[in-house]
Amino acid sequence: MTSTYLGYYSLIFGFILSIILLFYSIFCLKYNNKNISQNIYSILFLQFFTVVISFISLVYSFVVSDFSNETVYNNSHTTKPLFYKITGTWGNHEGSLLLWLLVLTLFIFLFIIFSKKQPTKYKLLSVFFQQIIISGFFLFLLLTSNPFNFLFPVPNEGLGLNPILQDPALAIHPPILYLGYVGSSIIFSASLASLVQNNINSEWAKHIKKWIQTAWIFLTLGILLGSIWAYYELGWGGFWFWDPVENVSLMPWLCLTALLHTVKVLEKRDLLKSWTLILSIATFSLSMSGTFLVRSGILNSVHTFANDPERGVFILIFLFFLIILSLLLFFIYQDKEDISQKKFFIISKETSILINNWFMMYFLSVVLIGTTYPIFLEVLINEKISIGPPFFNKLIIPFLAFFLIFMAVGPKLSWIRDNYKKIKYSRIVLFCLCILLSFYLIKNTSSEILFTSIIGGAALFLMFMTVNEFLQKNYNVSQIISHFGFSLFVLSILFNSLFSTEFSLNMKIGQETTYKKEKIKFLNIKTYDNENYKSLIANFEIIDEKNNIISLYPEIRIYNQPNILTSEADIISTIFFDKFIVINLLKGEKIFNVRYQTKPFMIWIWISTCLISIGGILGIFKR
Amino acid sequence: MYGKKVKLRLLFLSFIFLIVCLSVFLILKSLEENVVYFISPTEIKNLSEIDNKKRIRVGGMVKEETIQLEQNKVTFVITDFKNEINVTYSGAIPNLFSEGKGVVAEGFLNDRSFFNAKKILAKHDENYMPPEVKEALEKNK
Repeated sequence: MTSTYLGYYSLIFGFILSIILLFYSIFCLKYNNKNISQNIYSILFLQFFTVVISFISLVYSFVVSDFSNETVYNNSHTTKPLFYKITGTWGNHEGSLLLWLLVLTLFIFLFIIFSKKQPTKYKLLSVFFQQIIISGFFLFLLLTSNPFNFLFPVPNEGLGLNPILQDPALAIHPPILYLGYVGSSIIFSASLASLVQNNINSEWAKHIKKWIQTAWIFLTLGILLGSIWAYYELGWGGFWFWDPVENVSLMPWLCLTALLHTVKVLEKRDLLKSWTLILSIATFSLSMSGTFLVRSGILNSVHTFANDPERGVFILIFLFFLIILSLLLFFIYQDKEDISQKKFFIISKETSILINNWFMMYFLSVVLIGTTYPIFLEVLINEKISIGPPFFNKLIIPFLAFFLIFMAVGPKLSWIRDNYKKIKYSRIVLFCLCILLSFYLIKNTSSEILFTSIIGGAALFLMFMTVNEFLQKNYNVSQIISHFGFSLFVLSILFNSLFSTEFSLNMKIGQETTYKKEKIKFLNIKTYDNENYKSLIANFEIIDEKNNIISLYPEIRIYNQPNILTSEADIISTIFFDKFIVINLLKGEKIFNVRYQTKPFMIWIWISTCLISIGGILGIFKR
Repeated sequence: MYGKKVKLRLLFLSFIFLIVCLSVFLILKSLEENVVYFISPTEIKNLSEIDNKKRIRVGGMVKEETIQLEQNKVTFVITDFKNEINVTYSGAIPNLFSEGKGVVAEGFLNDRSFFNAKKILAKHDENYMPPEVKEALEKNK
């Protein structure tokens, strides 16, 4: 009871502070104080503090199972383990938005602290723009999705959390992903502030670069976590399904990656100012529209907690307001770049970064069209369609080969101008060797051998080039590690998709079968009673040609509240392959649908993604 | 007539324009090929011609007492309470697939009453019904 009141009023107080900050920052701007007023720091901290209090009180309500709170009633249950009571706080719509707000207020506070050296006016404007976003989210939370609604009479028991969300990876996936999304909001506000102040230059680029990298790292890791979760929990054995909810997180990532590279050009050459600005506006808009699509119930997925059109409309209006605001500012304050003095040569690092941007924009538009086209079609002519993986694979994979080659060669070029004569024949020879090598490695697989060996070759080429650069003296560690990680990523996905095997069969207990020289025995099944679910654990033995025995224990969980079945795959990971087995209940509890997969190099997909983000982390701490 | 710079820039612009056109063309082309339409059993009955190379989705309820299990395949009947279609499927089956529950199957039509499913879509919760199925069912009530 008390915690609900506390949380609610503390939210309202936070909203009032947000309004105060909006006016106060304008006031400070007008009466130009040389130093940023101490009050701004205190109010920002206070605001962060109010959101922390309201967040903690929600967590507390979840922990003590206070069902007088509607959110707790809808998403919790007394028999749920403590860990999932806590993580259940952001496993629902209201709570996750409160988390958004928490991260938003934290980021602006940190931003102001860490940019002491920046001009006062710029900081005040950043606070102003960020407060527009923050007050919008406060309003959204208070008006359409208040986490502190009362329920009367107080129910005895809650409805429980969707069991597939009761998982450690999903406990940290939302906070990490939000750090990435919200990080893009800081970039957005800072870019608008520096646009109005007309100080988009290499100094500013150096300062904003760290924030771009931070957001990018969190976004990468957030997507990775979601992907790992989908791999072991959804039971299909894949890690990326081109599902709309996945795509909406990939779109800001592509945009942010383009920005990450462009800001380098701005830093070194003072070029591409407007483009940097457009990218930062686009990244944030994509993050917001991702939230809109996921939260409004337009896309169907685990993430759609409630289908409430009102919420969708609110976010949509807010999104349009922000986009129009930023475009207006862009056209009013845009500063004509003086191109005549700074030449842009065709063979230079700048061009290679531009090429990266083109590829990113192409990938982005493919994903964007593939994701939104079904929605538009449904709204316009009420035709229901879905766009599956073949669409994306067909449009993205062929271009990946060129992308990889440019990625290998681009960083070797020097700034401003390089010349043709430096083209080394050794590299061309290396490239041909790579293609031959990849042809040799995959020659036994069936389809489209030429095509796959070119992609494999390009990825190998990138890998050798980065290793080669690593052996030389003057190098950029973060870039090398990230690019190396990316080549590893492409290679492991390639081999994974080429050499994966899978079979599925309806089996009885005690049955035995042979698949590709491996014997699969369904030994037995045991039943256990846990606090909030009953589990059926099966025991399988896999005997390969050399008589090595692997035991696997896939599980089916029957949750009591809500009454849902989930399959927990059993996976054995080694550095060469993953053995993945999952069972599903069919009629009664006698026959089970067994799905057994061997997925080579699965673990390398995760490792390479980690390498890509480690590159980013090193970039932040460099110098 | 024009300077070298202008010519270069024009060349560059037309190059970009070409690339944009090409990519738009590619996207639209493969959109056309890879779109999967959602059709209810009644709509299948009314189809004028059957294209058994086109991937489609069929949704409705799994009819009571129609699920038959064999070693490596499952057969069942999808109904929208007006018309029915027989489905054969081999592959992994999601947990919530059972009689009297909503289902969406993706695959190819053999003819108007036989459907060869390649995928059965997973659902995440007991009460959840794919919106397409819900609508198809409501239409026929």
